[in-house]
Amino acid sequence: MKYTEEHEWLRVEGDLVVVGITEHAAEQLGDIVFVELPEEGTTVSKDDEVVVIESVKAASDILAPLDGEIVEVNSVLADNPALVNEDAIGDGWFFKMKIEDMSALDDMMDEAAYKAFIG
Amino acid sequence: MTDLAITVFHALHIELGARMVPFAGYDMPVQYTRGVMQEHNWTREKAGLFDVSHMGQVIVRPKSGNLADAALALEALVPVDLLSLAEGRQRYALFTTPEGGISDDLMVTNRGDHLFVVVNAACKDADIAHMQAHLGATCDVIPVTDRALLALQGPGAEAAFDAIAPGAAAMRFMDVATFTVGGVDLWVSRSGYSGEDGYEISVPNAGAVALARQLIASPEVEFIGLGARDSLRLEAGLCLYGNDIDTTTSPVEANLLWAMQKARRAGGARAGGFPGAARILHEIAHGAARLRVGLLPEGRAPMRAGTALYAAETGGEAVGSVTSGAFGPTIGAPMSMGYVETDFSAIGTRLWGDVRGKRMPVSVAAMPFHPARYKR
Repeated sequence: MKYTEEHEWLRVEGDLVVVGITEHAAEQLGDIVFVELPEEGTTVSKDDEVVVIESVKAASDILAPLDGEIVEVNSVLADNPALVNEDAIGDGWFFKMKIEDMSALDDMMDEAAYKAFIG
Repeated sequence: MTDLAITVFHALHIELGARMVPFAGYDMPVQYTRGVMQEHNWTREKAGLFDVSHMGQVIVRPKSGNLADAALALEALVPVDLLSLAEGRQRYALFTTPEGGISDDLMVTNRGDHLFVVVNAACKDADIAHMQAHLGATCDVIPVTDRALLALQGPGAEAAFDAIAPGAAAMRFMDVATFTVGGVDLWVSRSGYSGEDGYEISVPNAGAVALARQLIASPEVEFIGLGARDSLRLEAGLCLYGNDIDTTTSPVEANLLWAMQKARRAGGARAGGFPGAARILHEIAHGAARLRVGLLPEGRAPMRAGTALYAAETGGEAVGSVTSGAFGPTIGAPMSMGYVETDFSAIGTRLWGDVRGKRMPVSVAAMPFHPARYKR
């Protein structure tokens, strides 16, 4: 698992990368009540706003961690956004993307580095 | 930035795992370990205990000893009938501005030889100065600084509080009474701001933490943070001063006519005679150009404060805007309130709210979104 400074996690699954937010981020956001996901097939650039999360407190944007194409979204979240709180690193995933250069993940934080990052 | 003030419960909030945030100059609990959604549901199902000690408590005591003098003096600042407020009763009121806006909302209690006033935290310094300036000739306006304020709200509130203050169960909505518990006097009203039955309890600082601990010792009672307080009051259709009412909104626009009794309206025994009376009485007679309404978005996306409202899916000028918006845990859907031009204020009117550049459908809806359960 790799992590970004935006509190996303990335997990390689075959030739795809699954993306979600960390338990730490989900806890900080509080109860999540709405998730707006991108269209499948959308081409995104790193740092594009791809997901909007509304928690009981506020709206937050989730940025694309890398350049690539969104090939699948977790449509279950439309009816059950609380999954993000319940299982942030499992069933609460947001989307799967195809990226051109898998080696881009090498520069990202591993779990130990992320734990140090959030203190 | 100046240092934040704290309430007498600050250490207890920390002990209970609260997440603290700055609110109206105070370091206050926005949530505890359960989180906002569960705290909201807990209050609807059991009993929530809220620290509202940041609010201003003020005694208005008539120099003459005749309470009617204090009631009439305060009536000069509010469009509310206070002369008819009986001893042991509480009433909602509004300070109005000379332009007919609202400079705060407040609760006024008749405690026999004085009026007891509770005002919003962010406005309390201004409110106290306002009252001292206008009532000073006839009344002593005394800020109460040695008392904390707790709200106990929810269907479990009556049993939990009556066990500590026997007789409290017999109170009706908006009754006030004094109970002596553990050697201290509690000034209690049967009221609150969650839409649930419950009590607001003014307690001397010296006995406040002991009382709170006694209350939360009940398995039915838990401390609840400001996050759930906001979603509870919004489901109940209640205004948050600074969001839904302020110096730019008149009581008529804000749909708070129910707070203005007949005696202060045109033809009443003491009609007018409050700041902004010309505009407010004119709006009562002829209607206001805009009105505060409830709004239910059709999708799941909340429409938050500031969301512009349009009459059509494309084009046109905004016909209103949202002043409060959140997800309602009890109704299981997003909810908002806001102001719309009067032509668009009928219940069922379909409007569109601009959410991140996309117009999403929303309907004008009756409030409260969740029915109140006061013990009348």
